[in-house]
Amino acid sequence: MIVNGRARTVAAPDEASLLHVLRGELGLVGTRHGCGSGQCGACFVLLDGEVKAACELTVGQARGRSVTTIEGLGSPERPHPIQAALLEEQAGQCGYCLSGIQIAAAALLARRPDPDEGQVRAALARNLCRCGAHGRIVRAVLRAAKAMRV
Amino acid sequence: MSKLPQSLANNPKLGQWLDFAAPGRVTVRIGKVEIGQGIKTALAQIAAEELDLAFAQIRMAAPATDTAPDEGVTSGSLSIQDSGSALRLVCAETRALFLAQAAQRLDAAPETLTVADGVFRAADGRRTDYWALAAAVTLDRAASGLVAPKPITAHRVVGQSQPRSDLPDKVFGLRRFIHDLDLPGMVHGRVLRPPSTGASLVSAPEAMADGIGLVRDGNFLGVVADSEQAAERAAERLASRLEWRERDALPDPALLFDWLKTAKAEMQIVAERGTPASGARTHGAEFRKPYLAHASIGPCCAIARWEDGALRVWSHTQGIFNLRADLAIALGIGRERIAIEHVEGAGCYGHNGADDVALDAALLARTMPGRPLRVQWSRRDELAAAAFGPAMAIRLEADLDAKGGVLAWRHEVWSNGHSSRPGRAETPTLLAASDLAKSFPRRLSINVAPAAGGGAERNAVPPYDLPALKVASHRVLDMPIRASALRGLGAFANVFAIESFVDELAALAGEDRLAWRLARLADPRARAVIELATARAGWSGRARRPGRGIGLGYARYKSNGAYCAVVAEVEAEREIRVERLTVAADVGLAINPDGIANQLEGGAVQAASWTLLEEVRFDRRRIAIAGWEDYPILRFPEAPAVAVHLIRPGDQPSLGAGEASLGPTAAAIANALHDALGLRVRQLPLDRARLAQAALA
Ligand code: FES
Ligand code: FES
Repeated sequence: MIVNGRARTVAAPDEASLLHVLRGELGLVGTRHGCGSGQCGACFVLLDGEVKAACELTVGQARGRSVTTIEGLGSPERPHPIQAALLEEQAGQCGYCLSGIQIAAAALLARRPDPDEGQVRAALARNLCRCGAHGRIVRAVLRAAKAMRV
Repeated sequence: MSKLPQSLANNPKLGQWLDFAAPGRVTVRIGKVEIGQGIKTALAQIAAEELDLAFAQIRMAAPATDTAPDEGVTSGSLSIQDSGSALRLVCAETRALFLAQAAQRLDAAPETLTVADGVFRAADGRRTDYWALAAAVTLDRAASGLVAPKPITAHRVVGQSQPRSDLPDKVFGLRRFIHDLDLPGMVHGRVLRPPSTGASLVSAPEAMADGIGLVRDGNFLGVVADSEQAAERAAERLASRLEWRERDALPDPALLFDWLKTAKAEMQIVAERGTPASGARTHGAEFRKPYLAHASIGPCCAIARWEDGALRVWSHTQGIFNLRADLAIALGIGRERIAIEHVEGAGCYGHNGADDVALDAALLARTMPGRPLRVQWSRRDELAAAAFGPAMAIRLEADLDAKGGVLAWRHEVWSNGHSSRPGRAETPTLLAASDLAKSFPRRLSINVAPAAGGGAERNAVPPYDLPALKVASHRVLDMPIRASALRGLGAFANVFAIESFVDELAALAGEDRLAWRLARLADPRARAVIELATARAGWSGRARRPGRGIGLGYARYKSNGAYCAVVAEVEAEREIRVERLTVAADVGLAINPDGIANQLEGGAVQAASWTLLEEVRFDRRRIAIAGWEDYPILRFPEAPAVAVHLIRPGDQPSLGAGEASLGPTAAAIANALHDALGLRVRQLPLDRARLAQAALA
């Protein structure tokens, strides 16, 4: 499978959970485990550009396809506009939810570069945040959208 | 000598708090832990300020029992009060010692030296620095507490909004959480919890196939495997082969609040003053709060490793020393054989399962000496097996004169104690301890001392000037549902009740609800936050619109902490929606204003979630939560817009902010709902069902 733009061979069997393989074998721990059953968004990745819960995918389902994780969005050296905006807004407390939220936000902005607040909130409807950082996160996504348009 | 802050009195040596061993850096050691509240950043700001270092020169060491000062638990919004005041004195005194040494070395009077970025400069340009002087200054001495910290007017770092130092790692998805720790040779465990309180294991297999280890000790059962997925799958397979004997040990959920009020309890008078005059009538009401879950987004996790009979644990506990004490008792070894290192977890919001999972890991790891063993809880256990914030019933009564003026106020609260935190008694409170063959009975939860803010009775004393009042708290002495500290403890429900009741009393007296409060608050800082919140929310002169309402809630957290007022605007025509929350607070000297705003905002949103949606459901036997579908929390589309306004009162002591906005938010929402619909809902959550009940009543 292609992970963050690089071809990776995965030794784990087809029925292995993609989340475990990302976090374990591939060492990409940015994809967080929250619930293991598709309910919280902590483990969201892009599978061929579509938001999917890695905890509900098997390695077999990802073979031959392109997987983008939080590590593929950006890095401290080359932050994605969403990452820069989250830091500017100081959007987050414990930060456990942030990886999956950024994946969902990136998919939204790819589809809709100029979302309004309601659309941002709707796009994050499957992501849970217990710390109550919602308002700041929404502001950050809107800020990133603006930065990406110029 | 002035009295040292408790943290410093307990850990008086300067060298316990900091050292200059790393070139160009100071390493600061604190006993309080980062739980997403930004404490590391705020304390680093204090150190940078008092030592005249740049913020980037401060390294905050991860707290560990073998190196950190023992500062008890990170709770109750006390970290800035405890750690902050200790660190401020330690750093001021350390700077003075180095300044004297620098003066000697540069042969100049100390007051002629300037200090910046750790460099001491004489007027003629000669210089030295902390690291060059470190060998000549011993920090192996007790703090005197006599060196005055900087006056607020000299602050350059404290009081400025400082981006959180831990946030970039979390934004970029780096290896930061305990879940991400990968130690050499690590194996994975899962625990199969009893399905209900008091369940006992009737039959279980003796062993597992495929190299899976099975560990059993009484009713404690776990599996161990080389990979996390193998452990998870083994646990699933095993679960279906277990037979438990269960009994109906839980109260009837339909009669929960009757049970609370009639169960065996211990009564305590919290406050009593004034002589009640006899009134024309009495107004009374009962307010109720269900059990609430901590419901962290990341499951509890711990790693344990045994070596030569000594145990090392990596944990996201809120109290490394308290956890160590309970582990020692539960495992039957001396404390000195245990070291605990703190690693950040997801937000915990009180005493969740972080300590419990550490015992799970230690028990499983004991069977594989030398190997680090990692245990992570399932989502179900995270939501259903961790302790809950206890249910509460609150009865309020006011004797009124003919015009509705309050002659006497009575407040009674019934609840389990609000803390089952470890490290406070001779037997452990850790979950698995009561499942072991040599079992420790489950300890009843307690209420911490009133001086520490109390538990169920936290904020039960109303802040208003009243001619007579009596406040009593009943700690229920039966705990079928395990209860412990949830953010704010009793304050959340007490403030919800008091501030709802105040609106009721104002209406009975025909007074304006805002004026009622302002007229009875002598403390100008209390009035100031209410005035600010209402002004910013556009309280007066609003046009009334059908189905919409506005409400106010106020409290001074723990009666001696941060002042906070919240205005809520709700829309209740179809759904009950909180559109906007306006928060005003006075937290004394704000170390990191944006960090404080972030916490007040997060607290308000979390409180909105508790208030509108949350309730732990159960039947006579089991907690009825299998996953998030059974415990919904507020999501992005419904989360209210929040505006936070801080009052900067000058050089007043810093007051913790993490829990101040929760109670006022609940009350503001309830009062706004009443404003919108004319219905007083006194039982949380304020959902459609409760609204319908209130309409019938
Ligand atoms: S961990 Fe995958 S959705 Fe929660
Ligand atoms: S920041 Fe903690 S869960 Fe979102």
